[in-house]
Amino acid sequence: MASQSQIYAGAFADPVFAAQSVFRDLMEGFARPGAIKQLSAKSTPPAPLGAAAGAVALTLCDHDTPVWLTPSLGKSGVPQWIAFHTGAAVTASKTEARFAFVEKSAAFPGFDQFSLGTQEYPDRSTTLVIEVEALTGGRALTAKGPGIKDETEVAVKGLPEVFLEFWTANRAIFPRGVDLVLTAGEELLCLPRTTRLSLKEA
Amino acid sequence: MMDAKLKQESPPDPARKKAMGLLARATLDELNAAWEALADKPDVHPVRGPETGLVMVRGRIGGGGDPFNLGEATVSRATIRLSSGEIGHGQLLGADRQRARLAAIFDALAQREDDRANVDALLQQVADRLALEERRNAEETAATRVDFFTMVRGDD
Amino acid sequence: MYVAVKGGEAAIANAHRLLADRRRGDRNLPSITIEQIVEQLGLAVDRVMAEASLYDRALAALAVRQARGDMIEAIFILRAYRTTLPRFGYSEPVDTANMKIERRVSATYKDLPGGQLLGPTFDYTHRLLDPSLIADETVAEPAVKEPGEHVMRVSDILDGEGLIEGDGQMPEGHVMGDLTREPMEFPMARDLRLQALARGDEGFLLALAYSTQRGYGRTHPFVGEVRIGEVEVELDLPELGFAVSLGTIRVTECQMVNQFMGSAKQPPQFTRGYGLVFGQSERKAMSMSLVDRALRTDEFSEDIVAPAQDQEFVISHADNVQATGFVEHLKLPHYVDFQAELDLVRRMRRDYEAANAGDTAKEQREAAE
Repeated sequence: MASQSQIYAGAFADPVFAAQSVFRDLMEGFARPGAIKQLSAKSTPPAPLGAAAGAVALTLCDHDTPVWLTPSLGKSGVPQWIAFHTGAAVTASKTEARFAFVEKSAAFPGFDQFSLGTQEYPDRSTTLVIEVEALTGGRALTAKGPGIKDETEVAVKGLPEVFLEFWTANRAIFPRGVDLVLTAGEELLCLPRTTRLSLKEA
Repeated sequence: MMDAKLKQESPPDPARKKAMGLLARATLDELNAAWEALADKPDVHPVRGPETGLVMVRGRIGGGGDPFNLGEATVSRATIRLSSGEIGHGQLLGADRQRARLAAIFDALAQREDDRANVDALLQQVADRLALEERRNAEETAATRVDFFTMVRGDD
Repeated sequence: MYVAVKGGEAAIANAHRLLADRRRGDRNLPSITIEQIVEQLGLAVDRVMAEASLYDRALAALAVRQARGDMIEAIFILRAYRTTLPRFGYSEPVDTANMKIERRVSATYKDLPGGQLLGPTFDYTHRLLDPSLIADETVAEPAVKEPGEHVMRVSDILDGEGLIEGDGQMPEGHVMGDLTREPMEFPMARDLRLQALARGDEGFLLALAYSTQRGYGRTHPFVGEVRIGEVEVELDLPELGFAVSLGTIRVTECQMVNQFMGSAKQPPQFTRGYGLVFGQSERKAMSMSLVDRALRTDEFSEDIVAPAQDQEFVISHADNVQATGFVEHLKLPHYVDFQAELDLVRRMRRDYEAANAGDTAKEQREAAE
């Protein structure tokens, strides 16, 4: 069981302004897919949730957004931390979740197991927040799509081999599909469902 | 709608539940007076709030059937930590954040052996006032009780 | 189509200044306080809370003052304010059986456990203007009497004989709706309809309820009971793992009992309509319960023959903030629309006149021949 100090501490020192600045970072991140954003506001969630992932939770989650957690996050102080600071409840159902959090090097389920939205309401899909080893230095992928002039390189380190396959399948069901926030420590990078990824030719 | 069921920090605590209910109904004057009366005022650190938000109030269809959403009510809440480590929560109807903060402080103080008596005195005062008000309202209502009697129609 | 119009800032600022002046009125008179509105215009405050769907006496009184007593404007202001606040959660359902009762009357039983408690009612007043209120004469303290036994629900009494349907149950697996979170869709389940009716316009619901009594979707109603009083609001605190009381709110509840001849599926019995409203508002709670019953056509295989039975009609038009927004938006600039229409009408008029002139000329020619 998590200690009280873990659950009640570690939220934004200045909740309103911090949430506004992280919201701005996320908005810009989704407007410029693949761009790395250093978050200006700090949070220290219970391990193993990362700092940027914690800031995303504090900014976007609330009572109306059920959250799915990986088994190891579920066993940590994270569910209580999220519940206390955001009001969001943890759900075991991936399709009910509006947000899903995955800690570093954890296995994550196929994107199609989460809510993909409907043709009428594609916005009702899950947003996944996945912690990776680093946002640079990994296998180079070419990203194209809205918000990207011509093309850009995404070289995230610590994503499984199967990621590209998952993402291509996600891209194929547009306008439905999940959106991704990849986090590493205090940085994040957004991949909206509109972004097309392919292996960069050597 | 899913339930926000979490691992319980402590088993349901009837005494604390009752105390929090009374603190929610304590007036600002009662809370301030009890605070002023404390010989040793603790250091209080904010954890969450004080903040005002909404709670969706639910009713039941037919009074006892399945629930439905009736409408919202303003709620103010605060969570504080005393320097001795106790965490206190205060939450009450209305937009008075000062009352919520003081209620949280007394919820935390109630967990300290040394302050228990002070908190109990405040709770007793609030409980007595509420009982008096309730009694008075019930008596005023009782005075408006009627016994209708049916007139016999027609000739006998 | 709307076009952005620019300009008018100074005029708008001056209009608001004029509004503030007219709101304040004669400066020689003391200005009215929020506390005075809460205490002395309590039922106006209640109506604003009910239809704004936000329980907060002080804020509702502020809205009444700001709106110069225009109720729908006050409701609009309070409704707008509620959208600025975060939601902390959903309360446990309030327990109206344990209400601290201030008024309870039944039209179905003369003698019933708990008795008929008139409370602070306008009933039996003669509706004569009272000059003593001009002179601000001293008001006597209320009379008191020893309280009686527990006030039992009328529906429980009828239920003992098995002649009335139970409290409302939604179908198995039904997920409770919340119209502040999801767009409305029809057909709408009863829980959502009740939420919409609880915030619906009192006048609109009153008129619909009245229409059912006059034969437009008759439901043979009796007031099982109306009760007004305080109920406790409890909120589950996930961080503690139990529910705590946040205080009490005043509500009005109406149990309408309706005759039902029976159908292929159900034996003859009494059916029910339910009304629950923030604050003290018997008229609203009764209207709500009549309309609730009228809307339950699908449950009793009744034909929809009247407006009060048509849920899309009733629910879509019950919200006065929505209604006033759409009606009042007509006064906003529609200059381009209107220019287009003006051109169209001018063109049609030219064609009409040309055709007519042709006809007249032809007639004259024919007459001359």
